[in-house]
Amino acid sequence: MARIALSSSLAPYTDGVLELELEVANVRQLFQALGERYPELRSHLEAGIAVAIDNEIYQDALLQPIDRDSEVILITKIAGG
Amino acid sequence: MSTMLKYQEKELKIVGTRPLRPDGVDKVTGRARFGADYNLPGQLIGKVLRSPHAHARIKSIDTSAALALPGVKAVVTREDFAEMPDEMAAVGELMINFRDVTRNMMAREKVLYDGHPLAAVAAVSESVARAALALIKVEYEILPHVIDVVAAMKAGAPLLNEKQYTAGVKPKPDHPSNVAKRLEYGHGDLAAGFKQAEVIIEREFNTKPVHQGYIEPQACLASYSADGQAELWTSTQGHFVFRAQCAKVLQMEVSRIRVTPTEIGGGFGGKNNIYNEPLAIALSRKSNRPVKMVTTREEVFRGTGPTPGANVKVKIGCTRDGKITAAEAELNFQAGAFPGSPVNQASMCAFTRYDLANVRVVGHDVTVNRPKVAAYRAPGAPIAVFGVESVIDEMAKKLGMDPIDFRLKNAAKEGTQTYYGPKLGPVGYVQTLEAARAHPHYRAPLGPNQGRGVATGFWFNIGNETTCSLNLQEDGTLTLMLGTIDVAGGSRASMAMMVAEELGVEFERVRPIVGDTSSLGFNFLTAGSRSTFASGMACVIAARQMIEKLRQRVAKIREVPAEAVAWKDGRAQPADAGVAQFAPMTLAEIARMGGKTGGTIAGHAEINAQGAGPGFGAHIVDVEVDKQTGAVKILRYTVVQDVGKAIHPAYVEGQMQGGAAQGIGWALNEEYVYGDDGILQNPGFLDYRIPVASDLPRIDTVIVEVPNPNHPYGVRGCGEVPIIPPMAAIANAIENATGLRLREQPFSPPRVLKAIDDAAAAKG
Repeated sequence: MARIALSSSLAPYTDGVLELELEVANVRQLFQALGERYPELRSHLEAGIAVAIDNEIYQDALLQPIDRDSEVILITKIAGG
Repeated sequence: MSTMLKYQEKELKIVGTRPLRPDGVDKVTGRARFGADYNLPGQLIGKVLRSPHAHARIKSIDTSAALALPGVKAVVTREDFAEMPDEMAAVGELMINFRDVTRNMMAREKVLYDGHPLAAVAAVSESVARAALALIKVEYEILPHVIDVVAAMKAGAPLLNEKQYTAGVKPKPDHPSNVAKRLEYGHGDLAAGFKQAEVIIEREFNTKPVHQGYIEPQACLASYSADGQAELWTSTQGHFVFRAQCAKVLQMEVSRIRVTPTEIGGGFGGKNNIYNEPLAIALSRKSNRPVKMVTTREEVFRGTGPTPGANVKVKIGCTRDGKITAAEAELNFQAGAFPGSPVNQASMCAFTRYDLANVRVVGHDVTVNRPKVAAYRAPGAPIAVFGVESVIDEMAKKLGMDPIDFRLKNAAKEGTQTYYGPKLGPVGYVQTLEAARAHPHYRAPLGPNQGRGVATGFWFNIGNETTCSLNLQEDGTLTLMLGTIDVAGGSRASMAMMVAEELGVEFERVRPIVGDTSSLGFNFLTAGSRSTFASGMACVIAARQMIEKLRQRVAKIREVPAEAVAWKDGRAQPADAGVAQFAPMTLAEIARMGGKTGGTIAGHAEINAQGAGPGFGAHIVDVEVDKQTGAVKILRYTVVQDVGKAIHPAYVEGQMQGGAAQGIGWALNEEYVYGDDGILQNPGFLDYRIPVASDLPRIDTVIVEVPNPNHPYGVRGCGEVPIIPPMAAIANAIENATGLRLREQPFSPPRVLKAIDDAAAAKG
């Protein structure tokens, strides 16, 4: 199972849980699984969360594969000037 | 899933050279057309009525007298725009709360800042439009206002939105608040880290909002046709995003709006957002005439978004031998009238230059009665870094360490665990610091009342959706249609250079243009230092696709297997393996036969670029402080930055110099000044002072190139980083010159003089 870590800024929406393991094959499945487990997190996932899969950041990449032994970190999407 | 191209080291012929930009001649001869240069027959002039109050309930708006004025063809108010739900909606690759967007472009229940739009008119001339504005009667109920971020956070402060409860706090607060959101980043054990520290420094900083200072005010021209289609010409950093947002607020299908970007006279983040565009389309729809709207400089200041002002608290603990054991910051950012300050990015950038075991950053996004903030190069990062790099400098001094050596001892590098998420990949912070330390500037002697400061910056850089189309013309020349706006930084040249490098043709044979929104698929804003990385990636993909098609076509023409055809030096040639011999074909020869051998040849790319590589910069500045007047003169300035790869070094240097120049203005003079009545006192360049050429020395640049492994040429991006360090670097230099640590920006003569006088008074 992939190891999932959440940025501490998301703790209020996951009852403080910042680390878990999930059986997911891509980012879309990850967001679905997290949204089902933590309904309050759902709008934040939709509102702009990026993921770092094995330390590579992906934004708006729902179909990006996640390997079984991947480490995935959820971070806030980055914009700019 | 990712189709991104990886870095490959190779011999380069065009990338890294300095050809003339394709838009240069038009720019220097005045032929280039900016937003206000566009006109249509029969066009009307649109003007906006703006609030004279910082905070008031709108009891009524009566436009009847204005409408009755001869020459007035249309008036729009809040009644002409649909109510939008209070929720985040995905539009143009951004998640936006359109309840706020509709209220910012046209006030509904309340006006929330001096300059907030209330109505717009379209008339046959500007004078008639202005006369019509004067005839609109608005009845207000004046409300108490709040301008300062710290005051706005206090219980009992005037509320901008009575339904706003602080997000990110559990349990949900009982009372509404101007604090729209609390966020927190960090890792490790902060208390243990500070316990381990032998020296702890804790300081507080305050900054004022500053404007991007783009030379060209917002300008647009809209034409709505009887069949429900709209055309829009506008000065923008993202015409696809503008189209998406206009379609949403006007409830139109996206494909019914065609946006053509004009040349842009600067944006720096300030032209990421719609202001007059939906008003112009709505007025055109109502009047059945084209409507042109050009903002004045005063309107730019009163009605568009600056970067926020902020209150910043920083605490750093360190061992006596210079190892940081703990770092903590609180960032309180003004969002303006609606939530959405860049406090998130600022929080992520605050300490990322350092390899820290114990760190925490708390941020607050706070609404105040000011214009809704907008992005400004590296949004939020300079503010956080002003505080952090000032404390870093103070710590180095207290420990008796060279400030660059102190940074090197704690520098982030490949493998460093960031406190916001991933470990860093290959980055060039150490190389950047070493290049700064080795620069002659760093050891040059200083005179009386002179001081030297150093500070550093980090920015993520980003990718996002990007499109382009590369077409082979019948004479063998190439046109490159880009979806990414060239915000005058020279990106058209850089894109053409990468295509020319790939195809092995002269740079001058590739003609780059920016396409309108009906010519290409969706393309994200030019923002976040993404253009050269993401659009460059798209151009290389399109060029390689074209090369593959060229190989296939030549194989058919020469009747050889495709694997027998190699593309080298701008020609199809027999592959090295010698599968088959044939007469080579140039691009022009293939193009001439294109129509009769299967049709024209093109390359396309529609990507969502991933893998942006972070950038780091180090700045060195020398100042001289006039102790009689408090004036700070910049004597010498050097920018050192890792950009991955400089495709066109002159334009990279321009970005580095431009960022530093804007940062110098931010540090020394720029600030929004509000009166007690909540009205902006300095909405113009006479009273809001940006640097002019005579204020600045030549800004030296050193380009460091640590390739980004996720780009075919190693590009990272360069536009954001150089505005991050100047404020801190100059504060550190002033301290070095005077012994005075300034923690209130700007370091303008009155403020510096007061610090000098206060210090003298304290000494007795």
